Amino acid sequence: SRKAQYGLFIGYVIALAGMVVAVLLLAIAIIDPRGFNAIKGAALDVTTPISSGGRGVVRFFGGIGGTVSDYFQAGSQNSRLRAQLQATQRELLKAKSAESENVRLLQLLRLGGEVEDEITIARIVSSSFQSPRRFATLAAGSAAGVGVGLPVRSADGLIGRIIETGRWASRVLLVTDGRSQVPVRMVRDGTPALAAGRGDGTLELRTLEVGENPFRHGDILVTSGIGGIFPPNIPVATVIRIEGDSAIANPVADPARLDFAIVQRAYMPAANADLEVAAPQAIAPPVTSVPTDLASPPSALTPTPRQNDPNYQPALQQPQPVQAPPARAPATAPPQPQGTNR
Amino acid sequence: MSFIAGSSSDVAWREFRRQWVPMLTTSAAIALSLMPIVATWPLIPDLGFLVLLTWRLLRPEIWKPYHALGLGLLSDLLAGNPLGQAMLLWTAIFLALEIIDSRLGFRDYLMDWLIAALAIVFQSLGAWYIALLMGSEIRFGVLGPQLALGVIAYPVTARMVLALDRWRLAR
Repeated sequence: SRKAQYGLFIGYVIALAGMVVAVLLLAIAIIDPRGFNAIKGAALDVTTPISSGGRGVVRFFGGIGGTVSDYFQAGSQNSRLRAQLQATQRELLKAKSAESENVRLLQLLRLGGEVEDEITIARIVSSSFQSPRRFATLAAGSAAGVGVGLPVRSADGLIGRIIETGRWASRVLLVTDGRSQVPVRMVRDGTPALAAGRGDGTLELRTLEVGENPFRHGDILVTSGIGGIFPPNIPVATVIRIEGDSAIANPVADPARLDFAIVQRAYMPAANADLEVAAPQAIAPPVTSVPTDLASPPSALTPTPRQNDPNYQPALQQPQPVQAPPARAPATAPPQPQGTNR
Repeated sequence: MSFIAGSSSDVAWREFRRQWVPMLTTSAAIALSLMPIVATWPLIPDLGFLVLLTWRLLRPEIWKPYHALGLGLLSDLLAGNPLGQAMLLWTAIFLALEIIDSRLGFRDYLMDWLIAALAIVFQSLGAWYIALLMGSEIRFGVLGPQLALGVIAYPVTARMVLALDRWRLAR
C-alpha cells in the first residue's frame, strides 16, 4: 500500500540522514578529540559505578582461583620464592648503596629530593575490550582534580594518560594504544627512544639513531621527561625481542593486574618553574635598549640559579637569551647552564 | 501456558514482551561492554553488535534501518568509541541488509552465517580505519583473533536469540 511504502521510504531517509550526522560527529572527533568531552564524560559518570561494583566481584572470584592454585603449588612455589628472595636481597643491598650515593650526589648538586606530584589515587575499573583502541576507565574525575592530558602511573610503572574526564570518572589512554607515544630512555646507557603502542598489549621502541640496534633482550626503559607531560624516570617497559631496527617491549605495569593508579601532575619544566625565576624575565627591559641604571642593586634582577629548580633539566633546554640582559648581569652572577653537561 | 490471556494486564505484558524484547536484549548486550574486564589484547567480539546482527537476520520485519542509529549511539557512549562510529557502521550494515533482503528471495542458515561474517569483518575494518584516522596506527592483523571469535560466536548467539524470540512470541 501507499502508506507502507511511505513509511519504508521515510525510514531510509532517516537512516541516511543519521549516517551523515554520524560522519560529521566522527569528523569533529578526529579534528578535535576533546570536543565531546561533556557528553562522553557524563556517560562515563553514569556507567562507571556499574563497572566498579562488578570489579569487586571479579576480584573476589579471581582471588579464590589464586588461593586454590597457591595451595596446590605451595612446595615448588616455596623453593622458587626462597631463591628469588636471596637474589632480591643481594639486589636490595646494591640498591641501598646506590640510593645513599644518589642522596649524596643530589645534595652536592643542591637539588631537592623527589617531588611528589600526585593529584589523586583511584581504582582502574574497566577497559575497552571489544574495540581496537586501548582505553581504561578510572574511578576519579574532575571533582578530584583529574584533567585531560595528565599522566597516570601505578606503583610499578607508567599506565598512560587521561583523555576524557567526567565529574567522577575519567578515561585513560593506555601506553599500549596505537595513538600513545611515550619518550623513553634506556636505563643501561641512556639511549633515547620513542615507545609507541601496537594495540596488542606490547610497545614498539623506535630509536632516532641510525646503525646498530641498541636494544638487548631484557633492557628496561624509563620515561625521559622530554617533551613534557610524563615525568622522568617512571619505568615503562622491558624489551622482549628485537625486530630489525626497532624492538618490541612489554609494558611494566600490566593493566589487567593493576588495581590502583596514581594521577600525577603534568611534567612541564618551563611552565612549572618558580615565580621568582620567571619574574625577572617579565620586568626585564628589551635586550636592545641601552642599560642606564647599572648602580641599582643587582640582586633584585638576578635570576635565581635554575639548578635550584627541582624540575630543571639542563639537557632539555636551550639557553634562553631573555633571562637577563647581558650588560645588566653583574660579575657575581652564578654561571648559567649551557645545556651541554649531559 | 494458556492460549487465552486471563486478564488485561496479561495482554499488556504479552504486548510489551512482543514489542520490546529485541530492543531491550540488544541494549543489554551493548551494556556488556561495561563488564569490569581489563584486557590488553582485543579478543572478545563486540557482543552488542553481534546480538543486534543476529536479531536483524532472524527477524528482518521488526527492524527499521534507523533503529541501528539509536543503538549505535548507545554503544558509542557506553564503550567509549568516538561518537558516531557505531552509528555510522551499524546503520550502513542495516541498509546493506535491506538491499540484500530485497534482492534475495530467501536466506538459509548458512547464508545468514556468511552474511554475518561479512558484516563482522566490515564492522571491524571500519572501526580499525576510524582508529587509524584518529592517530592509532596498529596493524589490522591484531584484530584477527577477535574477528575469528566473532564469526565462530555467531551460531551461539543465533541459538540464544532464537530462544529469546520463542519466549517473546509465546502465548
